[in-house]
Amino acid sequence: MDNLISGFAILAQWQVMVALIIGSVGGVIIGALPGVGAAVAIAILLPATFAFEPIVGLTLLLGIYGSSMYGGAIPAILINTPGTAVNALTTYDGYPMTKRGEGHRALSLAYSASFFGGIFSILCLIVLSPVLARVAPHFGSREIFLAAFMGILLVILAHRGQTFSAAMLAFFGIFLNTVGLEPVKYTRRFTFDQTWLSSGVDLIVVVLGLFAISQALLLLVDKEHAPGEAHVRGNIFTGLKELLGLKRIATVSSSLGVLMGMVPGTGEFTSQFLSYTYAQKTSKNPDAFGKGSPEGLVASEAANNAVPGAAMIPLLALGIPGEALTAMMLSVFYVHNVIPGPQLFAEQMDFVMALYMALILLNVVVLIFLLFSTNLLLKIIQIPTRFLGIMILTLSFVGVYSLRNSITDCAIAAGFGVFGLILKRLNLPIVPIILGMVLGGIMEVKLRSAMARVKSPLDFIDRPIAAILFVMILGIILLHIRSLIQEHKDRVKPQPVLDEDTTQQG
Amino acid sequence: MIAKTLQDMFRRYRRPGDIVFATLFFLFSLFLLSQLGSETQVVKRTKWFAQPALWPTIAIWGMVVFSGLHLLSSFLSPRIPGRLREITFWLKSLEYVVYFLIYVVAVPWLGYLPSTILFAALLTVRLGFRLPGAFCIALVFGAVVAIVFRALLQVNIPAGRVYEYLPDGLRAFALTYL
Repeated sequence: MDNLISGFAILAQWQVMVALIIGSVGGVIIGALPGVGAAVAIAILLPATFAFEPIVGLTLLLGIYGSSMYGGAIPAILINTPGTAVNALTTYDGYPMTKRGEGHRALSLAYSASFFGGIFSILCLIVLSPVLARVAPHFGSREIFLAAFMGILLVILAHRGQTFSAAMLAFFGIFLNTVGLEPVKYTRRFTFDQTWLSSGVDLIVVVLGLFAISQALLLLVDKEHAPGEAHVRGNIFTGLKELLGLKRIATVSSSLGVLMGMVPGTGEFTSQFLSYTYAQKTSKNPDAFGKGSPEGLVASEAANNAVPGAAMIPLLALGIPGEALTAMMLSVFYVHNVIPGPQLFAEQMDFVMALYMALILLNVVVLIFLLFSTNLLLKIIQIPTRFLGIMILTLSFVGVYSLRNSITDCAIAAGFGVFGLILKRLNLPIVPIILGMVLGGIMEVKLRSAMARVKSPLDFIDRPIAAILFVMILGIILLHIRSLIQEHKDRVKPQPVLDEDTTQQG
Repeated sequence: MIAKTLQDMFRRYRRPGDIVFATLFFLFSLFLLSQLGSETQVVKRTKWFAQPALWPTIAIWGMVVFSGLHLLSSFLSPRIPGRLREITFWLKSLEYVVYFLIYVVAVPWLGYLPSTILFAALLTVRLGFRLPGAFCIALVFGAVVAIVFRALLQVNIPAGRVYEYLPDGLRAFALTYL
């Protein structure tokens, strides 16, 4: 109870409230703009938040993270253009509903499902907190090493059809993290006798290059994409009532969102895929999916909005980010010397409580904001995409340059910008690089400290949690091999029509 | 028969230009592998798990193996037309990288506010927004960004050297807020 009151006191500071409102409202606007996602905004704002108190900086970033998907649903439903990548599935059922004159109903359902998913995941986080506080201290170096390894493995295997590229990019991320002066034996690694490489490659510089500058370059070089115009009338909160009739789908989808959010390396896309498949298989009207099914819309939006809250679980309890956005947030913790992990729950539970309450509040703020602003947002998204490119490039400068006023950093970020542009054009994943950098660093440190205390390799897994993690890793690998064999068998079966575009790699 | 099986196993969905990227990345990985011995050290009286060379070795071998497989799958997939157009698109982005780097170099000299306004305005013209309205929006955007980040959020960006030549009263203000 003391922690709750103390957490409330932290949250009640005016700076935190301002950050919450700016983050939530800004997140909705950013999410609604096709071409600008939460990752771009967080990457740009990250260095600016270093000057704030950790709770202020994190609330701002969490606000953007948690609210961008609300905004992304608007263009996805009304003009068939997802505001953020994770709203792509929303277009399947949202836009057909708009075409048959039910845009208002679709938006209303999407907001309601998003709100349900968001609140559901935070409640899970709160309910799980005592368990986390009890389990987290049992995570020693070897358990954290194994959890980080599992994260890398999952992020690679989660990219179905792109496993090789995801693996090579994850290893590239691990490599980037090793560049520079190594902190234990003080040897240089891949510095090529260049002083500017001695301090290593900064994660934020890479993040800004890969997410923000690459997006700016993409918008600047590509031809103009003008989003269509749309207008919506009526009370958009009637969907809350309709959602009650779809509460089974909303609950299962949110649960899948929570589950996938907690598992490092998976996230929104996997949770959406699972929840959409579940909704379709259990529906009385499965043929309506993809043609404007309210169930499909709810499954998609509830699942993706349940992820941000759940993604905070491995970050706060173990210091392990599950995806790119939480990896960026980890740097805010580090800059302020707040080390997320088991100690955080033991020593700063009030801080954790304040974060939970901020997450709940941001969902409420977003819902209220959307009540008045949907049509205004539809006007804002008419900004020409190439002008958006100018805005992102200009703002990217602040992010990189304010770190240490280094022209070299800006040049490296620009280089990663071009690299990111190529990856985006080729439809290759960027997230494995970021997770490789962050989890690679964690694995290096934890392996060193864990192995110093074990006599034989088997000792590494002689503790219950380490053994469970090890079995899970084996299980993931075996399941993947099984699915590959199954795919191969399906391929060699004679098929009436060969589809050239749907082949999978190993 | 073996070739057919390989093709079935590795063929995948891809975009034009994929093979160029796959080749370049594989060559980059091989280059790093060739430098592994000289760019990392094996330290005496240190166990394997604490060797500074351990993680670069794991990472680079991982890059080599998987970029090799990625390249193989590119080779075995049907060719998609539009490779040259795609590479031209990548190269076109370098023009904006150059503008960005000029802007980066200009800030410590001209100051954040003037450089940002100029950068936004010139890019607007470069992109073909000829209406006075668009130009004004770019000017206002540049000014707002500079004022919000430097004056209000006090983000760490140095004052421009040209501010030193401003009249006394304005100089102190410009050095602190612009």
